[in-house]
Amino acid sequence: MNVSTGVRLTLRTVALGYLFVLLIVPIAVILFRTFEHGLGQFWEWITTPAAISALQLSLLIVAIVVPLNVIFGVVTALALVRGRFRGRGVIEAIVDLPFAVSPVVVGVALILLWGVGGWFGGVESLGFRVIFGLPGMVLATLFVTLPFIVREVEPVLHEIGEQQEEAASTLGANGWQTFWRITLPAIRWGLSYGIVLTVARSLGEFGAVIMVSSGFPGISQTLTLLVHSRYIDDYNEFGAYAAATLLMIVALVVLLLMTLLQRTRKSS
Amino acid sequence: MTISVRHANKRYGDFAALDDVSIDIASGSLTALLGPSGSGKSTLLRSIAGLDQPDSGTISIEGRDVTSLPPQKRGIGFVFQHYAAFKHLTVRDNVGFGLQIRKRPKDEIKRKVDDLLEVVGLAGFQTRYPAQLSGGQRQRMALARALAVDPEVLLLDEPFGALDAKVREDLRSWLRRLHNEVHVTTVLVTHDQEEALDVADKIAVLNKGRIEQYGTPGELYDDPANEFVLSFLGTVARFNGKLVRPHDLRLERIQRPDSYAANVIRVVFLGFEVRVELQLPDSPDVFHAEITRGDAAALELNEGDTIYVRALRIPKVELAAV
Repeated sequence: MNVSTGVRLTLRTVALGYLFVLLIVPIAVILFRTFEHGLGQFWEWITTPAAISALQLSLLIVAIVVPLNVIFGVVTALALVRGRFRGRGVIEAIVDLPFAVSPVVVGVALILLWGVGGWFGGVESLGFRVIFGLPGMVLATLFVTLPFIVREVEPVLHEIGEQQEEAASTLGANGWQTFWRITLPAIRWGLSYGIVLTVARSLGEFGAVIMVSSGFPGISQTLTLLVHSRYIDDYNEFGAYAAATLLMIVALVVLLLMTLLQRTRKSS
Repeated sequence: MTISVRHANKRYGDFAALDDVSIDIASGSLTALLGPSGSGKSTLLRSIAGLDQPDSGTISIEGRDVTSLPPQKRGIGFVFQHYAAFKHLTVRDNVGFGLQIRKRPKDEIKRKVDDLLEVVGLAGFQTRYPAQLSGGQRQRMALARALAVDPEVLLLDEPFGALDAKVREDLRSWLRRLHNEVHVTTVLVTHDQEEALDVADKIAVLNKGRIEQYGTPGELYDDPANEFVLSFLGTVARFNGKLVRPHDLRLERIQRPDSYAANVIRVVFLGFEVRVELQLPDSPDVFHAEITRGDAAALELNEGDTIYVRALRIPKVELAAV
């Protein structure tokens, strides 16, 4: 495309300004307010029992969701790319559903399904509490993060093709050996990136989780719920800022990991 | 017989990839499956390997019915056109893959891999990754990998198809030498008739899922079963309504009872060979003869000359209606 210098500079300025106002300014404001009363105060806010419990709960949900999604994601991606069965197109569309459906709707649907009087509501009378318990939050997070690994692994599987796997089978490897020795190493970067996205989304999910959590501080609050309740219910502005910053720090670590991974991917 | 295929059929929708194919491949031989794309040659090879499953028919290797066995139990080695190198493994681990799967002792694997790399001319490349090898080197690594498991048969699917002409020729004669040393029964798929004639003891010409003819290169070239084999294996010229090999046309300055006068349209020098494009006076069709450089010089051919042409040999084939 051939554009004049003036137009190019204007476009650049607009794009950068857009980024600045939408991304940089809000984050900078939160950081500024968080540390307005000093590091000591920040430390105090993020080490209250409620905050520690929230961090632990968030990480626990991540620890449950990621392995489940890795297994489901890789199996689904393999089925979609390698399989030849009817209804593949339908599954392709269903996988993307969480991108299209609002998380709040997911929360409502889970209550309808698992809550008292729901189709699967009977499990509650057996003493297994889904809605307003950890299983509900895990289910909600699983739902919203379902596509990430499938969508990251699928194109890699397409790209590597079937020949390496066929070669392994002619060399005597059974399906399981071929998967561990050939397929998995070949998709590892796509899978890692999918995991990073899943972790980030699991940490940050709010809409679906708030619907199915009882929201008790120190018991069933994730970090996002803690930020929300401190701000709205407790009128504890600075506590909310501190929790938000903690959330950002965790997310930042994840982002950093992602960048490092991509760098290794490029160099290898 | 090492490999025996009986009445193999394979359809993809309306398309018949294999149409009642039967073939016996002798042990220790190097056989080429030759045909245009879509002729079923790769499907036949992949069926022998167990990578494709025929709809019906049986396949046996060394007297063992392998029709329903998966590839890993057939005792085969397979080489792919695009190498199928394990990109995340070193050359050593690529070649040793089959032995590691078979849980052989480490020092035995190392010794065998080093030996094989020596054979394929990749000694000293053990710690490299496939991305650091040229196409020809990758394919030689793939060959070593396939040979490492001591297969009963070695199956090669257009092994040189992705390589430059020069490398292709080198690898071809190298494969021939390797086969003379290793003596493993080898089946090679190719669409390149020159390659088939060059390396194979026997050639099966495939067309539309059928085997048109199966024999030695000499038999196929001199006594083609039909017009397809005649024209697919080597060049042909249509001279006076008959198909002949261009090098079986003799050009002379004097007329004989069986010769025809023709106009010289063009003289093309192709190294040792000279291709002479000719036209009979009462025909619009141009055909060509191949003569040696010496003959061309002796005839002092010029474009526009009239020359007498006769066919030394006319293959006996049924001609398809034109």
